[in-house]
Amino acid sequence: MFQNLGEMLVLLWRTLRALPFAPRQRHKILEQLFEIGNASLLMACVLSLFIGGVLALQTGPTLAERGLAAFVGQIVGLSMCRELAPVMMAVLIAGRIGSAMAAEIGSMTVYQEIDALRTMNINPVHYLVLPRLVAISIALPLLVVFSILVGWTGGALVASANYEIAVSFHGYFNSLRDGITLMDVVNGLLKSLAFAVVIGTVSCHQGFQTIGGPRGIGRSVTKAVVNSLVLILILDYFLTRLLMHVSS
Amino acid sequence: MNTPSPQGISIQVRGLRKSLGGQPVLNGLDFEVRQGEIFVIMGPSGSGKTVLLKHLIGLLDPDEGEILIEGEPIGQPGVMDRHRMAMVFQSGALLSSLNVGDNVGLYLSEHRRKPPAEIARIVAEKLELVGLKGAEQRMPADLSGGMRKRVAIARALVIEPQLIFYDEPTSELDPLIAVTIGEEILRLNRRMQVTSVVVTHDRELAFGIADRIALINDGEIVFIGTPAEVKANPHPLLHQFLTADFNFDTKRHAP
Repeated sequence: MFQNLGEMLVLLWRTLRALPFAPRQRHKILEQLFEIGNASLLMACVLSLFIGGVLALQTGPTLAERGLAAFVGQIVGLSMCRELAPVMMAVLIAGRIGSAMAAEIGSMTVYQEIDALRTMNINPVHYLVLPRLVAISIALPLLVVFSILVGWTGGALVASANYEIAVSFHGYFNSLRDGITLMDVVNGLLKSLAFAVVIGTVSCHQGFQTIGGPRGIGRSVTKAVVNSLVLILILDYFLTRLLMHVSS
Repeated sequence: MNTPSPQGISIQVRGLRKSLGGQPVLNGLDFEVRQGEIFVIMGPSGSGKTVLLKHLIGLLDPDEGEILIEGEPIGQPGVMDRHRMAMVFQSGALLSSLNVGDNVGLYLSEHRRKPPAEIARIVAEKLELVGLKGAEQRMPADLSGGMRKRVAIARALVIEPQLIFYDEPTSELDPLIAVTIGEEILRLNRRMQVTSVVVTHDRELAFGIADRIALINDGEIVFIGTPAEVKANPHPLLHQFLTADFNFDTKRHAP
């Protein structure tokens, strides 16, 4: 486990050192961005709409019983910004994009395409990891912003439509505006950036580690997703602690 | 046409040892590949041929011993960059996400050696050389095994290599395509004086193109010599390897 962690850190360090070459890989970065957006935008929309809705549904009636229904906007808003949007989007991207990255690089490893790159003096980190890591680091925070907005809307729809909560759109967004600061959104974006780096690094590393045939590729995909999720949730706790400490 | 590469380069292998998963694969190999020759490495499956080839191209590091390219250790910084080398993999190892043209031009486009129009011209020229004129837009998945190998050869040629490694270039090919590939290797060697190292267990290919043949078994060199010397050598393993043929005893197997 520690060896894997060490190898992943080395891979990340090599990718960070290759960052000055990123403009040369802009076509591949754009291709990756398109793939990430294409594969996850609709899913992100549905997921966020319902997360916001459920959150309003779970908290709204209890708040309403205590005469605090007006605060439902703040609760949904804060939860989406700080926690749910970054984590849920990271889970979605780990499942949809991380698995695809591990499978693609894994199959390139198994079928000697990586060796072929090396014999042509083409660095696989520059050619494969750099565009993926840059693209996912741009895409995930953008998806989180999108998810926050859709989640807020989902919460507003439920809060206004549910007779137990009965908070108007206007009241919901007023409460939300009063309770949310720019720092809350920045917190979520910083988290999502860290999660993107984790997903990209873990998935590419697993791809390079692939041995055997199709079964090996399948194993790498599973490991990439599971390891990404575990690391995301562990990192989430420590980042939350750190960001709480910084903002206080 | 591009200027042919000036000359092939030589390789010296000294005391090369390698174990994989605790099993010794190469047991102290010593040999030399001379400038501009076609050096064929033959041997039964699992004898360490491909592992040896991966050491020669720098994909694996030896446990012991050294590999010298033009007298310089392969691991020394800059040595691999100073000499142009290419490898034709057994499977072709074409990038499945790129079309044939992009695969062949990959080296030039990634290293920004030429403008795109010039790259397209060179790609077309190399594809024509291997009999695949106009195949630029086809995807590797749409090609037959023989075509994939020829594309891999075209991709190697774009580097204008001084040294080409071929890993089982005729495996999985029908005899006609195998002959074409053999002729291609020979033609490139004669035209551009490229040093060629061919790993194969195809006896006809080996004796048809080799300047010298090395027989490897259990990670050791059994014999190195010209095709005529190999044929004349009385070593039992050589004899066994060169004369192996189907010899069914129909009486024993008949129901």
